[in-house]
Amino acid sequence: MTASPDPTRRRAPLLLLAMSALVVLAAIGFMTLGAKGSWSFVLPFRGTKLAAMALVAYAVSVSTILFQTITTNRILTPSIMGLDALYVLIQTTIMFALGSSATAALPHSALFLAQVTVMIGFSAAVYAWLFSGRSQSLHLVALVGLVLGVLFNSLSSLLHRVMAPNEFVILQDRLFANFNTVDTSVLAIAALAVLAVSAYGASKLRTFDVLHLGRESAIALGVDYRKTVFQVLIIVATLVSVSTALVGPTMFFGLLVASITYRISASEKHAVLLPLATLTGMLLLIGGQLVLERLFAFDTALSIVIEFAGGIAFILMVLRSASR
Amino acid sequence: MIAARNLTKAYGAKRVVDDVSLDIPRGGITSVIGPNGAGKSTLLALLSRLLPPTSGSVHVDELDVATAPGDVLARRLSILRQDNHMTARLTVRELVEFGRFPHSKGRLSTEDAQRVDEAIRYLGLEDLSDRFIDEMSGGQRQRAFVAMVLSQDTDYLLMDEPLNSLDMRHAAETMKLIRKIADELDKSFVLVLHDINFASHYSDRIVAMREGAVITHGTPDEIMQTGVLREIFEIDIPIHELDGRRIGLFYR
Repeated sequence: MTASPDPTRRRAPLLLLAMSALVVLAAIGFMTLGAKGSWSFVLPFRGTKLAAMALVAYAVSVSTILFQTITTNRILTPSIMGLDALYVLIQTTIMFALGSSATAALPHSALFLAQVTVMIGFSAAVYAWLFSGRSQSLHLVALVGLVLGVLFNSLSSLLHRVMAPNEFVILQDRLFANFNTVDTSVLAIAALAVLAVSAYGASKLRTFDVLHLGRESAIALGVDYRKTVFQVLIIVATLVSVSTALVGPTMFFGLLVASITYRISASEKHAVLLPLATLTGMLLLIGGQLVLERLFAFDTALSIVIEFAGGIAFILMVLRSASR
Repeated sequence: MIAARNLTKAYGAKRVVDDVSLDIPRGGITSVIGPNGAGKSTLLALLSRLLPPTSGSVHVDELDVATAPGDVLARRLSILRQDNHMTARLTVRELVEFGRFPHSKGRLSTEDAQRVDEAIRYLGLEDLSDRFIDEMSGGQRQRAFVAMVLSQDTDYLLMDEPLNSLDMRHAAETMKLIRKIADELDKSFVLVLHDINFASHYSDRIVAMREGAVITHGTPDEIMQTGVLREIFEIDIPIHELDGRRIGLFYR
């Protein structure tokens, strides 16, 4: 008797192929449709936006799936860890301390690096502090992240109140997820950081599969649970930090992507889930931007539409799990 | 042999497992019995490094559970808990394949695939191997998890209340199966059991716990005595002998 995968599981490569084709189509459409004027301007201009969207889709989708795997909970997202709130606080503090004109003059890449470093450093410190103890409770980590997030939000709103109104308006504009103002040098650094953690995580995909079974089964199967979960937390923190520092906070986008992915995926293996989630995220972002820009001639707020849809998906998921 | 020395697990001032020293020999079935809250499940979790002890040590043969690498230990000892809730949607075969993880690290060789097939066949799950776990009955799911730990192919198998929420037929079938695996495949089982009569019928040794301590251990005939059981459960259980087996009538 040989191991024969059942028919539904053989669907996985086909599905990945179909999704890739859709993403490529959306990308081509995004790059070429409605282009007026010289290609030498249009292509690099749109190319930067496209690259930013692809990178954010990857970072958000992968981090959400991994976070849900380690917490064995499919309605949590890494935004519960307070990183978004920390980002807002950093932005607010800089704006408050330096003023809008000095902030605008800061070199983008240095600012980006500083932000990402603070965010990753903060997460690593919190995880190391909470996760090295005896409890090893992920729920404790998430709860502390949540509380710290509230603290950061309160500090930010305190600063918002004492800030000059003009500066506050400029700040608010910076705090919305926005793909139109991404800097190419920043994009390159972000891509490098994402590439580095991906290479780090790629060899551990099969171990991540075991984490699906929960803490006790993973330990029983010989996984070094504490070390592996810590590694995943660092990967997640890096991806979230990069994506947030690149375009701003996204709350429900990852949740939307993850729930679609579990629904269409024929396999629960991370080697399938993660690429599929990335493609789903890219399709949503790039396709969504294409539709908004070309069909509705509406140029700014894709993130608002996606967050709205994601929020509704979240409420539906909570209601459905409550009725079970 | 699983050897526990001065094993203690305390939450604050409450000692759930209190200074337990115990040798569980290789081979056969050892059942752990005792009233609720006696620390049976905690003891099992300490033996299998699911919980770190407050003090004391556990050795599985020559391996120190506290320091041995996880995967080395996972090839020697497996543990099945009572609550096996999963978020992932897996088929029986996929679940059983996870049992090979300590050996294969997820890349199944032909030998691994063979072991998986053997475990599925041994548990009579051939027809169900492509079914999803969450669509199966409690008894079938229990068998799937037993198949998983069986494919892990360890010398020692620890099971925390394997009969929990199984009906009479499935409970008896599970115990027969465990006996068969212990005899045919030369495995050592440590089971936490609630029903003293299952313990009496199927085990080679019984360990009795109360309030975190092992108060006595011995063969089923030695433990299945009204006086001994009174000390463990604080009730009088008349013992009858039926077909050479001791049965305690605790129903009234």
